[in-house]
Amino acid sequence: MLDKNGIAKRIARELKDGYYVNLGIGIPTLVANYIPEGIDVVLQSENGLLGMGPFPFEGEEDTDLINAGKQTITTVPGSAFFDSAMSFGMIRAQKIDLTVLGAMEVSENGDIANWKIPGKMVKGMGGAMDLVAAAKNIIVAMQHVNKAGESKLLPKCMLPITGLRCVKRIVTELAVIDVLKGGGFKLIERAPGISVEQIKNATAGRLMVDEEIPEMKIN
Amino acid sequence: MNKVVPNADEAVKDIKDGMTLMLGGFGLCGIPENCIAALVKRGVKGLTCISNNAGVDDFGLGLLLQKKQIKKMISSYVGENAEFERQMLSGELEVELIPQGTLATRCLASGYGMPAIYTPAGVGTEVAEGKEVRNFKGKDYLLEFAFESDFAIVKAWKGDTQGNLVFHETARNFNPLMAMAGKITIAEVEQLLPAGHLHPDHVHTPGIFVHRIFEGVNYEKRIEQRTVRKRN
Repeated sequence: MLDKNGIAKRIARELKDGYYVNLGIGIPTLVANYIPEGIDVVLQSENGLLGMGPFPFEGEEDTDLINAGKQTITTVPGSAFFDSAMSFGMIRAQKIDLTVLGAMEVSENGDIANWKIPGKMVKGMGGAMDLVAAAKNIIVAMQHVNKAGESKLLPKCMLPITGLRCVKRIVTELAVIDVLKGGGFKLIERAPGISVEQIKNATAGRLMVDEEIPEMKIN
Repeated sequence: MNKVVPNADEAVKDIKDGMTLMLGGFGLCGIPENCIAALVKRGVKGLTCISNNAGVDDFGLGLLLQKKQIKKMISSYVGENAEFERQMLSGELEVELIPQGTLATRCLASGYGMPAIYTPAGVGTEVAEGKEVRNFKGKDYLLEFAFESDFAIVKAWKGDTQGNLVFHETARNFNPLMAMAGKITIAEVEQLLPAGHLHPDHVHTPGIFVHRIFEGVNYEKRIEQRTVRKRN
């Protein structure tokens, strides 16, 4: 079973040289720590920055320089600032190659729910609806089951939807799973030490499984 | 032409109860601190505020919320504010949550003189309820209208007496869009310079969009999430 950093490491293997990438809050943010050597990617922060760098050294925080999670950050050489409309312009016009998001639920046709739990305080969707409506490649980073032990990979989302038919791949602590074009989940890789049976048991949606399922390679 | 006003009190003096305001900023970054303080002091009530966020309990728009001066918030994300939550759950405060890109683009449409836009954000979700859906080249889009507001209040890094504005880093965010969208736009700046001291190539918002400008004082520029790494 993978921990959060393991999930982030596995997703980092999806990065290709030259990619512009938007990382959501939570596990997706950790992906930035595992960008493979020799691969040059540019991180977008939707509040208006291309070329996001790591957190600043203590004492060098810049109050005008934050990411979409409102955390203090730095820039890397070659970065650019822009306004929010231009930022979502590059998102809607599919200039961003890869979007990594967390989710509460994903359905077997690729619908995603990650912004609202009825009865709980609703904080808002932020940029999530814009990102999922337009991104050409969305990977979801999440736990396979929720705190109550219920699967988050469902035939149909129960929670309010953030976007329809948009998720291409899901990486959890148990597995890498793709969403098939015609609908349905397909098991691609198992996490180290996890059996196909365990993954099947944790997946409520329709799951296609080939005979041989390779174990994930990390690092 | 004289766009320069002495201070925030003068800049917001004709903002009245029940008006709709656009306020720049993302989180606490790039917010018009001086004008918010002046609005608190003026005590205007029943405001509708279009702003990406709603501040925190004791800073930013949270200061107007504390005094119950806001009737309605139009935002994309409103966490990190307990008083906001209390007023929203008790029904005192009306809240309209809209996708961040839609918020930005509805400001942009307003500033560019266009009545509406089509966006894919929110298709198939509760955001789409009651909205026109139109299909272009096989994909659905929602019709969203340009914002209308009485005042836009923005914060810039530098400005000049002509109203030209330059923003700094990610404090730019919604500010240039809202500056273009206001019927009356108020800009507060950290440095107000004589005309000619900003290079024309470096101006982000041309002065035509700015009606009042002043140099703000005592900027706190609070950090919402201080994240650092250790030196090796």
